[in-house]
Formats: sequence, structure tokens, C-alpha cells
Amino acid sequence: MIIGEPAHLPDGPDRGGPAQPLLSVRDLVKHFPVKGKGLFGKGAVVRAVDGVSFDIRKGETLGVVGESGCGKSTTARLLMHLIKADSGEMVFDGEKVGADLDLTAYRRQVQMVFQDSYASLNPRLTIEESIAYGPQVHGVSAAKARAKAHDLLARVGLEPGRFAGRYPHELSGGQRQRINIARALALEPRLVILDEAVSALDKSVEAQVLNLLQDLKDEFGLTYVFISHDLNVVKFIVDRVMVMYLGKVAEIGEGPAVFGAPRHPYTAALLASMPKMDPDARSAEAPLTGDPPNPINPPSGCRFHTRCALAEPVCSVQEPPLAAMEGLQEAACLMALPGSGHSRAPAPVEAAA
Amino acid sequence: MLLYILKRILYVLPVAIGVSIVCFLLVHITPGDPLTAVLPVDATLELQQQMRALYGFDKPLPVQYGLWIWRVVQGDLGASIATGRPVTSEVFNAVKNSLALAAAATLIGFVAGAGLGILAGYFRGGWVDRIASFVSVLGVSVPHYWLGMVLVIIFSVQLGWLPATGGGPQGSASRSWDWDYLRFLVLPAVTMSVIPMGIIARTVKALVGEILNQEFVHALAAKGLTERGVFRHVIKNAAPTAFAVMGLQLGYLLGGSILIETVFSWPGTGFLLNAAIFQRDLPLLQGSILVLALFFVFLNLTVDILQAAIDPRVQRA
Amino acid sequence: MSLSAAIGQTPSPSPVVDAAVVRSPGYWTGVLRRLSRDPVAMTALVVIVLLLLMAIFAPYIAPADPSKGSMLRRLKPIGFPGYPLGADELGRDMLSRLIHGGRLSLLMGVTPVPIAFVIGSLLGITAGYVGGLTNTLIMRTVDVFYAFPSVLLAVALSGALGAGLTNALVSLTLVFVPPIARVAESVTTQVRGLDYIDAARASGAKAGSIIRVHVLGNVLGPIFVYATSLVSVSMILASGLSFLGLGVRPPEPEWGLMLNTLRTAIYTQPMVAALPGVMIFITSIAFNMVSDGLRSAMDVKS
Repeated sequence: MIIGEPAHLPDGPDRGGPAQPLLSVRDLVKHFPVKGKGLFGKGAVVRAVDGVSFDIRKGETLGVVGESGCGKSTTARLLMHLIKADSGEMVFDGEKVGADLDLTAYRRQVQMVFQDSYASLNPRLTIEESIAYGPQVHGVSAAKARAKAHDLLARVGLEPGRFAGRYPHELSGGQRQRINIARALALEPRLVILDEAVSALDKSVEAQVLNLLQDLKDEFGLTYVFISHDLNVVKFIVDRVMVMYLGKVAEIGEGPAVFGAPRHPYTAALLASMPKMDPDARSAEAPLTGDPPNPINPPSGCRFHTRCALAEPVCSVQEPPLAAMEGLQEAACLMALPGSGHSRAPAPVEAAA
Repeated sequence: MLLYILKRILYVLPVAIGVSIVCFLLVHITPGDPLTAVLPVDATLELQQQMRALYGFDKPLPVQYGLWIWRVVQGDLGASIATGRPVTSEVFNAVKNSLALAAAATLIGFVAGAGLGILAGYFRGGWVDRIASFVSVLGVSVPHYWLGMVLVIIFSVQLGWLPATGGGPQGSASRSWDWDYLRFLVLPAVTMSVIPMGIIARTVKALVGEILNQEFVHALAAKGLTERGVFRHVIKNAAPTAFAVMGLQLGYLLGGSILIETVFSWPGTGFLLNAAIFQRDLPLLQGSILVLALFFVFLNLTVDILQAAIDPRVQRA
Repeated sequence: MSLSAAIGQTPSPSPVVDAAVVRSPGYWTGVLRRLSRDPVAMTALVVIVLLLLMAIFAPYIAPADPSKGSMLRRLKPIGFPGYPLGADELGRDMLSRLIHGGRLSLLMGVTPVPIAFVIGSLLGITAGYVGGLTNTLIMRTVDVFYAFPSVLLAVALSGALGAGLTNALVSLTLVFVPPIARVAESVTTQVRGLDYIDAARASGAKAGSIIRVHVLGNVLGPIFVYATSLVSVSMILASGLSFLGLGVRPPEPEWGLMLNTLRTAIYTQPMVAALPGVMIFITSIAFNMVSDGLRSAMDVKS
């Protein structure tokens, strides 16, 4: 039984070859004007995403972590073009989004799964209507879209006969999230953004959905951006990880490298604050105290210096760029930048060259 | 707080200007010339032109509005076409009477409505609740002008206890607050009070039910607070919203008193409006509607600000 | 392997047969089922249907000509031979006039609400969905009209436009547009912020499709319930305008107007004089109860 339509991608799915990043993000900026602050608050902005650059490689799972308010979800919405970026550009498999690649075509290849499984399903549509909606928007006939919806339901582990005609409020959170995943896959995307997609689920259900995501990834050759505040989950699922702090990238690199040898003190602090299974490994004092500073007026220099144990005067003056290090790990810390003036910084590189 | 007040005022100002434009335009949506009602049928063209120029009707609309609003902010609403007296004083005399009626009605309606609402909210699901809810449905469904007639039939025509119509004893020019006057107020005020009663009863019932369901009330009860003590907390928490609704109702009643004032020949704004409409006295119509609508707008503003002063949560909403 | 290829190659694990799909009853089916189990609402609905039938078939039901008066039979009491509900101030049969009066009273009272529902929803949903400057423009204009107490606005508009059925309908419609638009705007703004709208946008859907499939289905219900609660108000206001002489003109039978012309009869035939008001009252209560029933039937918290 042939259900799937052949993909209508311009030149076949993979055009630039495996070495070309699937999505390349450069200098993404999004500031939100502050509302409701009265007559005198005009001009104040929340620097939700403030100059973020990274690559998403083909076939990988890129984790994005950070405290709430660090810009993770804004980044997700920017990637999905649900909100308009103030500046910055995105290149999808070699094509500039919005120029070479129009938004509709881009959106077929990039889909998103939201955190709130209930709010992300239209309560007045049946499950199959919700899943079939996307393909129908792109011109697939109603009957074919419905058949595809049934097939995808089976793929995410929900028996079509039992679930296709039901409404979202009749299902559990885990079942709804499976449906959201099916809906995202209905457009045959290459990149799926999972914005805290398993965070609201019970631990046992979370594990099942994570396994499902892994299976689907292998089966359909997907690339994931996995946004979460739960480092345990991120550690389990990602290939590479990007740590964000106050709208900026603090550190990015291979999962084992970043988790094993963090180069940014913020990453180290985040890792240290993870609940440990081993009682001996538990620390008595919290490695990270207080709330992140207000993103309306971020600290000068390195944004983390107000909470950093290793901060020196230079940190409040000079803003560290994202510096490349061995193992394709990059960190935005003066301690990682040769000759930055920080006492723990490596010596300038000329000698090594 | 000051910032909140300022913001509210800034928000109300354009609405007030909009209201004045609507009032101004009312005259211009009327079929025919605003002057046809006062001019004799056989008036010469020359006389018509003179009158038109006198009232400024020959100028373009925005200019007319500008001239009109400039006079209005100085307190001059023009002269009544029918009587020639200044509209401002006519309207303010009428507003005094209407305000007395509306305030009395709001008070009666609030006491009765809050009582019903508290009973219904407290004994939710019981027969008290059902009766109270039914009464409040009756209150919002009854055509009040008809209720007025029925009350007149019972208390004036049949029992002869209270006067049927009028604002006071015959021939008296000034008001006073003795029974001779107050007895004229009873029937219209009671009639009018059913309008806010139903609405206040519904609001209070919902509030009481909501508050009783909140965790802090359970906590209070768990701490061993008596039924009466819990009840005091409920009242304290429901009061700001209930009073806000009451304030808004006062404005509605003042603006909507025309039907009841007509039934009881109460010498208020409704009566004035009625006269203005049927004599096609447009400056009077325009003036009284403007005053009533602006009163309502600023009453809303006052209620908002008072509510924010009592309950800081409102400011954030 | 692309997604489509993967789906095409493997046979579907369970047969996609329509008959095998369990279908849950839709939302509106549930609402109707709950409503039909509400005895108060159903009784009120029957009353409304009867009133409508009475108005439609008035010429066949009414025992006499509603406009034929008799100077000899002015203001006769209820039960007077040949006049089951008495005679009015011109000696016309009250029963026939009440039956015929339903036509104009219901027409005037009910029609403004559906018209205002269409206009108000259109304005409110547009403002709520588009947001920004469009929202400000629409909603500030609506606020201006909302700033008038409803009775005052109705009286002012029909007073300025002049008496008559059409003018009364226009003024009443204008009275109900602002509150409906406000409700529509607030519901739409709420729905628009939900993730499923974002999900639809992410699927590449155009605004028109999103509004049709995802917004309307979720906002029209609440707006509709709110609008039904206005019918009772509209009935009272419409008859009130006629009562003031701003609606239907004599000698047409209309309940509010009849109440007005019978006002002087309260001293001689109080029961007869009060009859038209009873009709307005019954209609208004019935609409209120249906609206209440609908509201609780639609309120699914589970």
C-alpha cells in the first residue's frame, strides 16, 4: 500500500552533501519592546536573543540548554519563523531562507513540537484532522492526507482505528505529544525543533517518547534541535549541545566534550547543579545562586560575570567572543581566549603557530 | 499608582473626544435640516439663511465641531431651540433629579442583590440558591417600564399608599429631603433597582462561590476559624469587585433612566431627553446625551482608579 | 531514506478502514445533548418556538381583526363577551392585538442581535487576529460607542434618526455591535496566542485558512453564547423604544407601543393595561433561560 507522496523538494532532499550544515544561523537578534511599563519605559527592550550564531549539522541532534529566560524558546520560534528576527540570517542547506528559499518551502522542511501538548492541538479538530491539516495546506488531497495521518498515527504507536476520530481532551499528555510529533512529521520535514517537547510529561512517559523520537530519527533520517532545561535528558539524547545564557551562546560543542570538560564556568555550574545519583558526588552548596540578571539591562562585558566564581575585573569590561578550541568545542569565556587579560587565559597563540 | 491613574486618564481622553464627536454628529444624521423644527413652514429663504448662519450650520462640519467643542469645554452647551434657555442649566437641573433617583435605585439594588448573591453563593446548589437565582433572572428579564406600571397599579391605584407620578408635591419648586418628597421617589427607585439587583446578585454569587473554592479559605477553615470568621474573609474579598459593579450600574441607570422617568413623569434627564426628541430640540438632545455619556465615562474611570487603589492586583491586569 | 519513502515501503501495521475508526461525538453534538437534558432550557425553548409560531401564523390564530375598533367597546375587562382578554382604549380585541403584536415585537427584538453578531464578530475577530494598528483603530472606535449606556445610545440614535421600524432596528443593531466586538476581540486574542495557531502557521498555512479552520471554530461558540444573552435585553429595549414612541408607529400592534397607549387605562382597566408587558416579560425570560442553558451546556471543564 503506497501512501506517502514522493517528496517535492526542489533537488532531492540532501543537496549540499553531508558536510554542509543543514541550517546555518548567523547573528540572530530578537529584542522585544517592553510593554506596560508606562509612559517613561519607552525604548526599553528585552534582549531575548542577542547575536546568536550556530550550525545544525545534518542528521545530528543539537541540544539547547539554559535556565528559563535565556532565549531558548525565542530561538526556537525564530528558527521556525513564527516571530520575525530583528536581524541575522539563516541558510538552509545552502539556500538563504527568505531569499533563495521562500518561507512556505522552508516550513515544509522544518517543523516544530511544542511543550504544551494540549494547547498545541486545536480542541475542535479530531486527531486525524489535526495531522492531515498540514499536508492539505500544501495541496495533498483530503483522502490522501487522511490516509497519511492514519499511517503516521501507527508510526508513533497509536492505533489509528482507536485514535483517529478522537478529540485531544480525551487523550493523555503522552498520547497527545505523540500526536504532535505525528503532526510535525506529516509534512516530511528534514529538521524538527523539539521545544521542551518532553518536559511536561511524566518520567516514565518521557522515556517512551524519547525512545520514539530516536526511532523516528533513524527511520526518517531526521535532524533534531532538542531544547530542554533538563540536562539529564539532554545528555541522553544529543550529539552536540549549545549552552545559552541571557540571549547569547555561552558554549557549544560535542556532547561528551561539553559535559565531560566544560570550558565555560556557566556550563560547569549548570552541570554541577544537576541532581546526582551518587551520594558522594553531591555538593553541599549550590554552584549557581540567585536568578539570572534582568535581560532588559544585561551586565556589561561578560554577561555571566555577576554570578561567576572566577570573574576578574576584566570580565565586566570585555565581552568574550565565542572562541574555538580543540575538539570543535567553542566557549565564550575570557579564560578560553588567549591573551584576553584574564589570569587563567592561555598564552597568546602566535608562539604556537 | 500615580502612573496608573495617569495612564487611565490618557486612555479615557480619546474615548471622551470620540464620545463628543458622536454626540456632535447625532444632530447631523437627523433627516432634514436641524432648523426645520423651529422655523415656521412659510419662512422666507432669507430668514432660513439668517438662522442657519446664526447657529453656524452654514460652515463645514469640522469647523462646526471645533466651534461647538470650544464652547462645550467652557461649559456652554448652547441654547434650547424650543425654550431659548441655556442647555447647560436645564441639563444640570435634570441631572440632579436623575442622580437622586439612580443613587437610590443603586443602593436598594445593591443591598437586595448582594443579599441574594451571598445567600446563593453560600448555599450553592440548595433551594435558597435556586430561588435566589430565579429572582435574579426575573430581575434582568423584566421590562422595567412595565414593572413600574404594575407597581403604580398596586401601590397607587389600588392601595393609594404612594403617588403615581411626579417629582414632588404640586407647586413646589425646590427639593427637600422630607417624606413629602421622598414618597415620590419610592416607586421609581424600587422599579429601577431591579436592573442592578439581578446583575449584582449574579456577580456576588459568582464571587462568593469562587472565593469559597480558593485554597486560603480552606486553610482558614482548617485552622479552626469559625463559619462567621470565614464569612468575614469572603465578604472582604468580594467587596471591591461588587462595589465596582455597583459603580458601573449607577452610570447605566443614570443613562438608562429615560424609560422609568417617562413612566413616573420624574423630572430628570430622561424626561428632558424625551422632550428634546419630540420637540426636535437638537441642542438640548445633543447636550443632555453628551453630559450623560461623559458622566458615564468618568464614572468608569473613577471606579477603575478606586478599584486599583483598594486592590493592587487590578493595576497589573 | 526520506519520510515518504519510508512510509511507502512498509505496509501499514493496522488496516486503514473507515468503519474501524472510533469516532467521538463532536463538540456541538455534546452541547446539544447536554442542552436537551436541561429541563428549564428546553421548556424555555418550547415557549420561544410557540411564540414564533404564534407570530408567524397570527392571522390564522387571532380571533378578530387587530385593527378593528369599536367606540362602544372601549376598555372592556378580561372575560368580556367576545373579548377573552378585554378590549383596548379604541375597543380593539386585546387577544388578537397581543397575537399580532408578537410579529413586530419579535422582529424588532430579535433581528438586531444576529446582525450585530455578524458585524461585531467580523470586527472583533479581525482586530484580535491582525492585532497592532488595526486592532487599535477598530477597538478604540468600538470603545467610543461602548462608552454610552445601552439605553441612552439606543434612545439617542433613534431619537436623532426619527421614529420608525427601520431606524429602531438600525439603532438597536448599533447598540449591540460594540459589546459583541469586544467579546470577539478578547476571545480571538486569547486563541491566537495558543500553540496550535503557531503550529498551523509553522505548517505554512495562509491566514485565511488558519482563521477558517483554527480560529472560527474556537471563537464563534463563546461569541454566540454571549450574543444569545443579548436577545432578552434587545427585546426589552426594542419594546422600550416603541413605548417611548420611537419605534413602531400606531396603529400597528406592538407590545411596547400597546403598553404606552394603555398607560392611561391603569385607573380603569389595570389588568388589561398590564397584559402587553406580560408578553414582553415571558419572551425575555424565555430567551434568558435558553441562553443560560446554552452557556452551561457549552461550559465543558472536564
